[in-house]
This record gives sequence, structure tokens and C-alpha cells, in this order.
Amino acid sequence: MATRYIQVQESDFDFAAHYEAARKLGGTDAGAIAGFVGLVRDHNKIAGDGSEVRSLTLEHYPGMTESSIEAIVDEAESRWPLLVTRVIHRVGTLLPEDQIVLVLVASGHRDAAFAAAEFIMDYLKTRAIFWKREASAYGNQWIESTGHDLERSEKWRAQPS
Amino acid sequence: MAAKAENGAGKMTLQIKFFASLRESVGIETLTAEASSMKGLREQLQASLSSESAAVLYADGVQIAINQKLIAENWRCDDFEITPGAEVAFLPRVTGG
Repeated sequence: MATRYIQVQESDFDFAAHYEAARKLGGTDAGAIAGFVGLVRDHNKIAGDGSEVRSLTLEHYPGMTESSIEAIVDEAESRWPLLVTRVIHRVGTLLPEDQIVLVLVASGHRDAAFAAAEFIMDYLKTRAIFWKREASAYGNQWIESTGHDLERSEKWRAQPS
Repeated sequence: MAAKAENGAGKMTLQIKFFASLRESVGIETLTAEASSMKGLREQLQASLSSESAAVLYADGVQIAINQKLIAENWRCDDFEITPGAEVAFLPRVTGG
């Protein structure tokens, strides 16, 4: 029985504590844990000239955002035999070097753990209900979704489980 | 429907929400509307907001959620039906992760 933990929060998270929790919950069936942490960069995406980003503000739709992540994890669980999934996504104002997102997946084998973690991240980019706004020397600007993110997401859609 | 409206007209009212860049474009976060189809809602949005702001809500890439369920396509049609009393959210392209 797969266990999951999904949280949208303003506060930071402790990777080591979540890794230990996943390890414990995975028990003796877990042969692999794949973990990913997304961080705030200080490069300006919009200007594209490396000018400094002062902060990143993430907005969400309480209730719907959590369900959108649940749906992503549902699909991951239908594609791979997962034992544990933990997803934490931060909202509010973050600074360069801050952690934004955590994905941890435990499975019997590394192939499933790697693939599921990558799948969940790709879908978080294109299907989870969040919006990012960058504050830089250019003022405040909403970030646009990138073709790269959409392509990665499409690749999974074209690939049956 | 007439009897239902008499009993609780307030319950038929749509709660409209705007998020992120769309909220900034229209200049408000929420409003209420009385409509049962997209045609009716569009007309009320055009009346309540500037028609320029209302047009932004129907731009490519915008999705709506009805009672927090995503409606990716077909919602721009005039005859698209909207559940009475629903929460209707206008969502720009998402950029999480």
C-alpha cells in the first residue's frame, strides 16, 4: 500500500527529515529512494541577461492546488509501483537559494523511483496550480511557462505507462 | 427553476475568482454574477470590467475551474452551461515546480 504526503506550505522543509520518513515508511520493500529539491536561482528569466532576481513569489489556489498535486501522484502511482511519495511545494515570497519544492519517491527498484520523481516534477511544472512572479530590477513580472516544460510534460503523455 | 430562485436566489449566484496575472489585469480578486451559461457570464464580465479586461480572461492559455475542477476546453462556447451557485475561477497558465 503506497503512502503519500502532500503539503503546500509557506515554511521551509527539512530534506533529511523527509528522507528518513520515506525510508522508514518504505521499510524492507524499498530498494531505492529518489529525491529532488528545486531551488530559487538569482538569474532573471524574463530579461534573460543574468540580472539579479530579488525574490520569487508563488501564488496558489487553496484546495484546488492540493487536489492538482494529488492527481499527479495518482497518475504516478498508476504508472509505477511506488511505496512512498512525498511532495512539498512552498508558496509565498522566497529568496535566491531558498528551497521551493521537494519530491521524494521510494520504490522497489531505482528505475521506477527515478522515473516517477522526474514525472512528478515535470507535471508539477505544467499541471499543478501555482503561479510565479519574479521581482527584479525590472519590477514585478509574472513568469511565463516555457516550451521546454511543456515538451517534457507532453513526452510523458505520449508515453503510456 | 423559478421556485428554486424564490427559495434562495443567493445560492444561484456565481462566485467568480481571478488568479495571478489575470487578477492584476482585471484589477479585482472576486466578483459575483448571475448567469447559467458562458454567454451570460461573458456579458456580465464585460459590463462589470472594461471590455479590454474581460477579453484577457478569454485569451489563449487561460483555463477555468468550476468548483475547483479544471475545464480545459470548450468553456469559451456561448452555450457552455455553468452549474448554479458555482465558484468559477479564471486561471492563467501555471508555472509551478
